[in-house]
Amino acid sequence: MSNRTVKVKKKKRKQSTTDRIYDSVIFIVLTILLLIVAYPLYFIIISSISDPQAVSAGKVVLYPIGITLKGYQEVFEESSVMRGFVNSIIYTVCGTLINLAVTLPTSYALSREKFSGAKVVSIFYIITMFVSGGMIPTYLVVNYLHLTDTMWSLILPGALTVYNMIVARTFFKSNISEELYEAAAIDGCGQIRFFFSIALPLSSAILAILVLYYGIGHWNSYFSALLYMKTETKYPLQLVLRSILIQNANALNQSVTTAAAQAALLEKKKLVELMKYSLIIISSIPVMILYPFVQKHFVKGVMIGSVKG
Amino acid sequence: MKKGKNASVTTKKRKGIIGSLRKDWSLWLFVLPGVILTFIFSYVPMYGVQLAFKKYNPKLGIWGSGWVGLTHFTRFFNSPYFETVIKNTLIISAYSLLAGFPIAIILALMLNSFKHKKYRKIIQTVTYAPNFISTVVMCGMLILFLSPSSGAINKVIAYFGGTAINFMAEKSYWRHIYVWSGVWQTMGWNSIVYFAALAGVSPELHEAAICDGASKFQIVRYIDFPSILPTATILLILNCGSIMSVGFEKVFLLQNDLNKGVSEIISTYTYQVGLIDGNISYSTGIGLFNSAVNAVLLIVVNKISDKLSGTSLY
Repeated sequence: MSNRTVKVKKKKRKQSTTDRIYDSVIFIVLTILLLIVAYPLYFIIISSISDPQAVSAGKVVLYPIGITLKGYQEVFEESSVMRGFVNSIIYTVCGTLINLAVTLPTSYALSREKFSGAKVVSIFYIITMFVSGGMIPTYLVVNYLHLTDTMWSLILPGALTVYNMIVARTFFKSNISEELYEAAAIDGCGQIRFFFSIALPLSSAILAILVLYYGIGHWNSYFSALLYMKTETKYPLQLVLRSILIQNANALNQSVTTAAAQAALLEKKKLVELMKYSLIIISSIPVMILYPFVQKHFVKGVMIGSVKG
Repeated sequence: MKKGKNASVTTKKRKGIIGSLRKDWSLWLFVLPGVILTFIFSYVPMYGVQLAFKKYNPKLGIWGSGWVGLTHFTRFFNSPYFETVIKNTLIISAYSLLAGFPIAIILALMLNSFKHKKYRKIIQTVTYAPNFISTVVMCGMLILFLSPSSGAINKVIAYFGGTAINFMAEKSYWRHIYVWSGVWQTMGWNSIVYFAALAGVSPELHEAAICDGASKFQIVRYIDFPSILPTATILLILNCGSIMSVGFEKVFLLQNDLNKGVSEIISTYTYQVGLIDGNISYSTGIGLFNSAVNAVLLIVVNKISDKLSGTSLY
């Protein structure tokens, strides 16, 4: 009897050593991954508040050195950035509202089993997933409608994303039952009233998911603005960022001869580098502030999307 | 009486679209805005695709321009860019898929068998975060870090006695930079689907395996991994379907004259030819070629997926 328990114990211990190795390997690998993902983000934060001299000398590694807010000051003095920020807020808010106004009713209607047009309309949307006119014909249509260089060129062409529509449709299908509507219909409630006063108030989760998906999409997009926006004062933030971060619009190319001027130029160059770090932080702030609160909605959206509706 | 009413209902149903409009007018109203917008911005451009067979003249418009047959296609197939552009597109997307796909699965498996729940939550929150960084900022970060004069990576190289590398100008680095920065940005996010599938694995299976003396690694290998295999297969097949469509946004931002040899892909070439050089119809032709290949791939792949796993897009 005692012999047996010893045997079991032994077996257990043997198991737990391999498991312990497994656990520690996973712990180490995941920690390394965490550092690989987190460090570049952390580096940008500490660099943005460090002395530009120290950053470009490579001294800033683990903590900020010579804390200064010069970079941020520089960003706020750059009128194009502030204008872009305001533009982006306007485009994001208006765009998201229109996205919701189009997507929610569509996906609600398509989620109704009794809707006789559901099949036709679904096929109508699915076709667009397979066939598209492409960049140039779409551009010509937007141009033909005189939407270029207006906010509408950024908002209307993508007013309904089929993927988001399917996510919302799946949600409505499983959360707003036909019986609920039938009960309301007996009391004389039509579809329109049912949608606004019963279905929508019950759908705050999907509302949050759509606002976030669409909103972040608008905030982060630059391509349609690159295609359609011609006037610089109408540029959204991402296009302004592109010219500063990627095209180096501020690269000071003037040729200087005197040593003093050259030193000043070098100083300015370092400040511009610093400004880039601050710019990255400022442009990501709206998303990053929201992120911890909304993470679970995002994840939920992915899960609803993965269940085929 | 009752019977007659029923019959009239069925005839109403058979009336097709008009009957449907009368019966469900409010639901039709719901789908109307989306249908109109999609028609204008997705279907009308499809009509514009005929430009690929025409010589576009802005004065005459799409309809009035003269037909040129397949000229634009033969020109594209014979152009020296054809091979480069197709090759680059395929290499970039195959490389991204090979690098990114297994990593997301491994990450989900590791996270699922990780026992510190709080620490796991932190890892998840952090690894999901880069997904929300905009493409412009992502590329800006890459260019900052890889800058030959002040970039952090070159500082490290210099510290160990190496010479600074101008990463963005070297053709040999470009693909790796593109793909691995993509993996960095999306691995956490892509693991969510698998993590969700793993949450559906019955704990009884785990308990039974533990009773039979399975080690943790064996549980992952023989229970967790097979249980996400169906999800993985579907996603892999779908990803293969979009292998010819690499996103424009990131490639365009990381592109410069020095690395164009490896970074010019179909979509950037379409943009360059159509909107910068102004060859509207030629560019439409290239775009049409690309979307035709995409559509065929997607349909074929979808059929395969349907046969193998009974899952399809439609």
